[in-house]
Amino acid sequence: MINAIIEVFPVLMKGINITITVFILSTIFSYLFAFIAGLCRVSNNKLVRAGTSVYVEIFRGTSLIVQLFWLYYAIPMLFDVGIDNRLMAGVLAISLNYGAYMSEIVRGSILAVDKGQTEASIALNLSRAQRMRIVIFPQALRMMLPEFGNYLIQILKATSLVSLIGMTDILYHGNILRSTNLSAAPTVYLLLLVFYFIMALPLIFLTRKGEQISKRGVAS
Amino acid sequence: MTESIKENSSSISKTNSDPIVEYKNVHKSFGDVEVLKGLDLDIYPGEKVALIGPSGSGKTTIIRMLMTLEQPTSGEIIVDGKNLWHMEKNGKLVPASEHHLREVRGDIGMVFQHFNLFPHMTILQNCMTAPIHVKKEGKETARKRSIEMLEKVGLGDKLDNYPSQLSGGQKQRVAMARALVMRPKIMLFDEVTSALDPELVGEVLEVIRDIAKEGEMAMVLVTHEMDFALEVADRVIFLDDGVIAEQGAPSEVLEESDNERLQQFLYRFRS
Repeated sequence: MINAIIEVFPVLMKGINITITVFILSTIFSYLFAFIAGLCRVSNNKLVRAGTSVYVEIFRGTSLIVQLFWLYYAIPMLFDVGIDNRLMAGVLAISLNYGAYMSEIVRGSILAVDKGQTEASIALNLSRAQRMRIVIFPQALRMMLPEFGNYLIQILKATSLVSLIGMTDILYHGNILRSTNLSAAPTVYLLLLVFYFIMALPLIFLTRKGEQISKRGVAS
Repeated sequence: MTESIKENSSSISKTNSDPIVEYKNVHKSFGDVEVLKGLDLDIYPGEKVALIGPSGSGKTTIIRMLMTLEQPTSGEIIVDGKNLWHMEKNGKLVPASEHHLREVRGDIGMVFQHFNLFPHMTILQNCMTAPIHVKKEGKETARKRSIEMLEKVGLGDKLDNYPSQLSGGQKQRVAMARALVMRPKIMLFDEVTSALDPELVGEVLEVIRDIAKEGEMAMVLVTHEMDFALEVADRVIFLDDGVIAEQGAPSEVLEESDNERLQQFLYRFRS
């Protein structure tokens, strides 16, 4: 067993860079999309709201794997231009999908801030943008933190899908090893679980932290 | 004696200057319920007006419309000669834009029943926010003025506390400092003592009394504190069923009126 682990471990390590790169980029863009879409959903402009909810419902309502295949295989073929870069396709698919989910958290948190806060900032004659930036958003952000932490962990696990478009992440390397050495399967998949779990640990810790900040933040 | 002086001074201000706020035939409905049924009301610079009446009589709606938190269904509200909810565009009156509202409501400040302090800011930051972002004051000026104002309401030692660390009475005093630091010409008080424990009401009324003594600012108080209205107000207005049912000097309205609805209302308070 120890020998098997010693054999498998360095192979999986070859993919760790890709996994972490995809994870970090996907996280950044997921949050970006979530904030943009979340703010659009509370916009005063009907068209903006409607357009954004079409995006959100399509990406929430369909499978992430199919979205990934669309971006990587179908769209380049249909439009000739597009994404022949695996990293870009992978990150974009994950970010658009999780951005859609998380935009609902952004929207819900903004709407959950007490109406009196808006009224007080109108009474102080803050502009619309200032009301959001200075008063509403900082309070909403505290409410978002716990859920955002949960999604962070989900994004990490979703990065494994990029192996399906040929990206050489840890799962990809594990699968290659197993196909050449069938008896290694248990060790490979055990180690993969351990890899994901260890990477998730700091995220779990962050989520806890987020929950604490959230609890402490908004009591009036 | 003091009352007769008060009446005099208010009648002088009425003849010598134009109203700072005019409501002209203002109606307001929420769904099918008409809360205000044609309100005509002038408020003069420096005048202290107390609005009293049963709940649902529309008194809070009157000041919320002035603060631009509710839009009148019809009628006009004019602040310092400027139409609050409408503006002129190509010679026509059209609904006010956000830009227009910001111009007109700069003269108005408001204190709320539930304080509405910003919980993520210290009380000093609560006060400094508007001077910095709305009046574009330098940080140091805003800080200095905010500290002065907080000292004035007796909270100079709490500058770096968060609202959650304060009592209700203290929160309400912060809310007043936060509004006053913007130097409004008109201050609105929406049942500012109703959410307070009885023993904390006094400290809040004390601050309002001090502000009122300075005299410069027009004040409109929606209140259930009849004795306080009698003491501070130049004019008491009794609202009933969406109209002004009785108004005049506090002693006239609260002690000498023979309006039956008003009698019933006051009776319930005094019993």
